[in-house]
Amino acid sequence: MTKIALSLAAALMMTGAAMAETVKVGIAAEPYPPFASPDAAGAWTGWEVDMIGAVCKAAEMECEIVPVAWDGIIPSLTSGQIDAIMASMSITEERLKTIDFSDKYYNTPTVIVGPKGMDMAATPEGLAGKIIGVQVSTIHEAYVQKHFAATAAEVKLYQTQDEANQDLIAGRIDATQADSIALDAFLASAEGMACCESKGAVADDTEILGLGVGVGLRKGEDDLKAKFNAGIAKILADGTYEAVSKPYFASSIYGG
Amino acid sequence: MTRDFWLPHRIVMAALFAALVVWCVMTLRWDWLPDYLGLAAQGIWRTLWLLALSLLLGMTLAVPLGLAQAAGPLWLALPARSFCTVIRGTPLLLQLWLLYYGLGSLFPQIPWIRQSDLWPILRQAWPYGLLALTLSFAAYEGEVMRGAFRGVGKGQLEAAKSMGMPRLTILRRIWLPQALHRALPTLGGETVLQLKATPLVATITVVDIYAVASRVRQDTFITYEPLLLLAVVYMAITGLIVLAFRHFERRIPTRTA
Amino acid sequence: MLALTASSTLELLQYSPPGWGANLLRGLMNSVLIALGAFGLGAVIGVGGAYGKLYGGPVLRDLLAIYTTVVRAVPELVLILILYYAVTDAVNQILLGLGQDRIQISGFAAGIAVLGIVQGAYATEVIRGAILSVPGGQVEAARAMGMPAGLLARRITLPLMLSAALPGLANLWLIATKDTALLAVVGFGELTQETRQAAGATKAYFTFFMAAGGLYLALSISSGWLFARAERWARRGQPELRG
Repeated sequence: MTKIALSLAAALMMTGAAMAETVKVGIAAEPYPPFASPDAAGAWTGWEVDMIGAVCKAAEMECEIVPVAWDGIIPSLTSGQIDAIMASMSITEERLKTIDFSDKYYNTPTVIVGPKGMDMAATPEGLAGKIIGVQVSTIHEAYVQKHFAATAAEVKLYQTQDEANQDLIAGRIDATQADSIALDAFLASAEGMACCESKGAVADDTEILGLGVGVGLRKGEDDLKAKFNAGIAKILADGTYEAVSKPYFASSIYGG
Repeated sequence: MTRDFWLPHRIVMAALFAALVVWCVMTLRWDWLPDYLGLAAQGIWRTLWLLALSLLLGMTLAVPLGLAQAAGPLWLALPARSFCTVIRGTPLLLQLWLLYYGLGSLFPQIPWIRQSDLWPILRQAWPYGLLALTLSFAAYEGEVMRGAFRGVGKGQLEAAKSMGMPRLTILRRIWLPQALHRALPTLGGETVLQLKATPLVATITVVDIYAVASRVRQDTFITYEPLLLLAVVYMAITGLIVLAFRHFERRIPTRTA
Repeated sequence: MLALTASSTLELLQYSPPGWGANLLRGLMNSVLIALGAFGLGAVIGVGGAYGKLYGGPVLRDLLAIYTTVVRAVPELVLILILYYAVTDAVNQILLGLGQDRIQISGFAAGIAVLGIVQGAYATEVIRGAILSVPGGQVEAARAMGMPAGLLARRITLPLMLSAALPGLANLWLIATKDTALLAVVGFGELTQETRQAAGATKAYFTFFMAAGGLYLALSISSGWLFARAERWARRGQPELRG
């Protein structure tokens, strides 16, 4: 009995301890098509998953993908459970207080999606009296709280964008704000196509919406940051970026 | 707290604990408190009324469930038993998500529901949270009440029946009060368990005190302080519940046989 | 519409892709493994805690009282979050302080540790009550006969205590299996999390949550049956209890 207990303890410790060389890259554990979503076999697929592979290969690093719940992903980084975040996390002033970021690897506009036929625009007046749903801990939540909370009827916070989309289909919320590509994927689905349409992009606010999506890193890890930056620069220069993006997007999402 | 409670080692431990609290107040980050106090008060209120309402409604459902299993005919006892088994055999989180997102995914297939009068209620999240908590409490207490009803001395019920007392009066005057009295200690513990189940509603967008603490954590990235304060809040509410039940138990006269 | 949903439901649930059945079963296995680990850890803590509360010194008894009271008063969800971040952080701080590298504690180990600590508090009370229910006369008689303490624990206390503890332990096992669902909130891939991912990817929320409910129900019913048999075995040779 003691032997079994000891060997079990040793096995559990070893699964953690010996991975000093592998970089643990955290992604959100919830589906976020087309960037990252699980398939029926349990493997993660998507543009961001492919991008992780490409960047790590270009930077000559061994990377392991670790799904972590979105609302705990930054504490996971700072407490050392993961070494990097590549979960479509935007570079913002607020986040830079706690963590560091690499150079950006994509930047897309932010849009509002609402039911077909409902009179709505992506402005504070256009959303007056509406119920808006956003994902917690995102730039979209910060934006909605700052610009739309005064006129909107209610702001509901969801653990995942997927749940917000689900409630939009069900009619519990009138609008949701998120990244245009993620919402395009939603509108391309059968339920999304039937219920909703895009209501336009929101006015820009660089302080909140940030300067694009980068790799989240712990403060002080300049070595790792340099490696990621080198990897991103390399794939942009040698065409791997386009090659990876081709199956997913018609044009480059690197952005200005 | 009598003299016997304050033994020397307890005085030392209390002093150490007080020192720890003072240290926490001084060194940890509490600058977020003033901004979120209003939201926190709302969250505590929501937790409390969800708890109270689900206890009341759940108990109202639990008594017939227990009675059906203890004394009812098979066609009543069997559904009651199945209900209790299914609810107690599956996690509350799953039941909550099934009710909110599962039912929600059926709405688009019923277009007329948006025009109905129920729609404003079906749109919000708290009715689903309340329903899930109520059903869960009813299932667990139905089981407790079943044991309590069975435990009441058969002799009393038979005597009342032989006196010609109508069945409803037996239930009202003899069976139910004694069953409730037997169940009271267990109900106290179950109430605390129900309190500990309430944070789950935060996952379906109901803003209770746990959701407020999560909000603080996500806005400011401060991990421990909101959680510590949250733990203290729950311990305080638990303490109140335990004191309340002790008070009830003392008020009911018992003649231990 | 009904026929369509029936066939597509089976398709979604089947074992190999495009069915998500394999994912769900893998999640179920993770749930069961974590529950087993947590239950085992809880039982070990429980025995230690029970003996500490019954035979330990005043300070130990008070500390254990604080442990059981705090764990039973704070929601598991809050405890999971506190322990998940605090424990890993503390371990890493210690290691960094000693000049070692950080280690990454797998979600699996963290889940077992957290749920085990929670189970330990309840198990302490269950086992303490069970030990107290062993008739004092038998223990005294054995001691008067000169039986050594180890033999006494093995031959007398343990078998008699087991029959009193099993109902409480069966309840704790069921609580452990259901508490694993809470780990979905920290993103660990057990059954509820896999269900949420499958439902999110396919939008068939109702189907997958019902399927997960069915799996949990199967687990709890078979557990109940196993524990009933264990109770009957543990109670062999004892007079029948009045129901």
